[in-house]
Amino acid sequence: MANNSPKVALFITCLGDQFYPQVGESVVRILRRVGATVTFNPQQTCCGQPAFNTGYREEAREVAARNLDLFDDADYIVAPSGSCSTMFRVFYPELFAEKPELLQKVERLRQRFYEFSEFLVKVMKTEDLGASFPHRVAYHDSCHLLRELGIETEPRKLIKAVKRLELVELQDNKVCCGFGGTFAVKFPDVSVAMARDKLRAAADAGAEFLVANDAGCLMHLAGYIHREKLPVQTLHLAELLEKHE
Amino acid sequence: MSETGVHSSAIHERAQKAMGDAHLQEAYRSSTLRLYSHRMGAIGQVPGFEPLRERARELKREVMNHLDYYLAQFADSVEREGGKVHWARTAEDACAIVKEIVRNAGANEVVKGKSMVGEEIELNHALEAAGIDAIETDLGEMIVQLSGERPAHIVAPAIHKTRHDVSDLFVEKLHSTRTEDPEQLTAIARKTLREIFARAEVGMSGANFAVAETGSVVTIENEGNIRLCTTAPRVHVALVGIEKIIPRFSDLGVFLRLLGRSATGQKLTSYTSILTGPRRPGEDGPDEMHVVLIDNGRTGALADEKMREALYCIRCGACLNTCPVYRKIGGHAYGWVYSGPIGALITPQFVGLNQARELPFASSLCGACREVCPVKINIPDLLLHLRGEAQERTPATPHAGEVVSERKGMRLWAWAMKRPWVFSLGGAAVRLGIRWLPSSGGQGSKWITRLPFYPFSNWTKGRDFPEPDPVPFRERWKKLSS
Ligand code: SF4
Repeated sequence: MANNSPKVALFITCLGDQFYPQVGESVVRILRRVGATVTFNPQQTCCGQPAFNTGYREEAREVAARNLDLFDDADYIVAPSGSCSTMFRVFYPELFAEKPELLQKVERLRQRFYEFSEFLVKVMKTEDLGASFPHRVAYHDSCHLLRELGIETEPRKLIKAVKRLELVELQDNKVCCGFGGTFAVKFPDVSVAMARDKLRAAADAGAEFLVANDAGCLMHLAGYIHREKLPVQTLHLAELLEKHE
Repeated sequence: MSETGVHSSAIHERAQKAMGDAHLQEAYRSSTLRLYSHRMGAIGQVPGFEPLRERARELKREVMNHLDYYLAQFADSVEREGGKVHWARTAEDACAIVKEIVRNAGANEVVKGKSMVGEEIELNHALEAAGIDAIETDLGEMIVQLSGERPAHIVAPAIHKTRHDVSDLFVEKLHSTRTEDPEQLTAIARKTLREIFARAEVGMSGANFAVAETGSVVTIENEGNIRLCTTAPRVHVALVGIEKIIPRFSDLGVFLRLLGRSATGQKLTSYTSILTGPRRPGEDGPDEMHVVLIDNGRTGALADEKMREALYCIRCGACLNTCPVYRKIGGHAYGWVYSGPIGALITPQFVGLNQARELPFASSLCGACREVCPVKINIPDLLLHLRGEAQERTPATPHAGEVVSERKGMRLWAWAMKRPWVFSLGGAAVRLGIRWLPSSGGQGSKWITRLPFYPFSNWTKGRDFPEPDPVPFRERWKKLSS
């Protein structure tokens, strides 16, 4: 399957499409640079997670079912999000467990599905993308990426390969930032309190930038940073990998 | 009922209150972190910890899949050893059984060792109503009892109290001299309890494990009070939730090694008591041993193939200590006896999902609980499952400021997400509409400081919301692909 130019279908998350389109652009350029042929099917919208996460399984299934057909001809599907990758790889089999006629499609899809950093390191065997960024950077482990997909070293390898960058570990690097999908609006005070802790840890580590692989975490943390005027900035991993400073 | 008591799903209000209490926040923060790091230290030294977890999980699965068999075996074994078995379907049944035993013993006072199932069935309340004094002897339980509260943690009932709080409490209630030294505080408690132990006729305990093969009730602790409760009085009553059964005596080692390390970071706790029947001629111990097997909703969970896994829990409390939500809102906010991630799973089983439908949502699903659980309960997965059940079976009460109900909102969302053009159009509409909202600039983009409509309005309670990008990715793709 993986010939000289693997064919990669992008899954741009709904948040990514609307709020972080520049991340998607970085992803496209990086994937092309490492030799992939990139496609994007504009028929895609969302992975279905907001409904699934809130317990509306039927609604989630309706939205998810569309995705089963959208990516049929690609060697790989890549998403710049740990959470949506988890939805496809871990939750789809569960979501469609009662629909055995679709399970084969689910299986085919999930086996080809990769999170962005995972795809670069594991499939394309690339770590150094030639970026350079003379700053103190902390990496935030998004929970789904870390605990559902077990992706912990891949993003760090990519970050470490960035020239002149100093990677610092947060003291509570494995504690959730408090986003949690609809949790962020169902329990807003707890959610915000968790962001506060995370950003305090970032300040203690002297980080100028907080890098993550999930638009959800980034939006939540950046929202708090902006409200409180904190001296730290958020950055998606794909954006970082294109920096030349 | 005390203010921090049970029987309420008003988790939002309680959580809010707890988070506004700086003293409480610090107590929870430092205690959970201490327990968590002890656990980390303890499991780091055990090379075979993973296989041990697998083995425990395997054993629990076996027991839960054949609980009727193992329960019958356990009951037979208890009777064979000269104990008496009582079956309680509900909390009321269990309380009635205990009252009867106490009356038959001619007592009007019982000493109790720590028992969460005792809390669950509201035993103290029932005994009190029957004119029977129930005296908690575990230091943490004693502290919460003196304060008129409920345990705030499965393992450490008084986790929310600082040494300073306990000192104040003892001065007020026990008229002791002020000290904040944990050893001296323990000594004060011991002195108070010594007399009571000397005269007690009935002692009660919970059970950490109940061994089917031998009919043994196993308790673990660090203070020795449970041992006193179960051996000094003439009558011993053990309250046993039916999920506490383990098959064989030889399996005990697996669970004891996991429990101590996961709960407090100890290889083993200071005391492990294995109680098999009443005393035999020439031995110390009680004349009578009663075992009350309590269902109280557990067979309901057992019948649900998915939720059955929640009954594997050995009540180590590790998931509470690691849970960022528990660390923030504390045990009482959950509103029922069992708190934290496992509480959010089992409470709806025990009290009915309609009574506790908010609990499964009180989680960011980060999965830290699953990582630490010694029996590897897939807590986030079960929480998701319960969320689904909640939406299907118990309608959500409409929220103030809600224009469309959550269900209708989700239907609308699904409708839009199945139509990419609606999705795009929606984005464009939001871009337009958002122009009229209060916002502030920064980092090259605009940020909304106040969103209208619940639940979106909740986002901007403590955070700003980014304005959508003027050119979404699907527009940009056209250029990228040309
Ligand atoms: S669910 Fe697991 S971690 Fe939580 S108390 Fe039970 S056994 Fe311990």
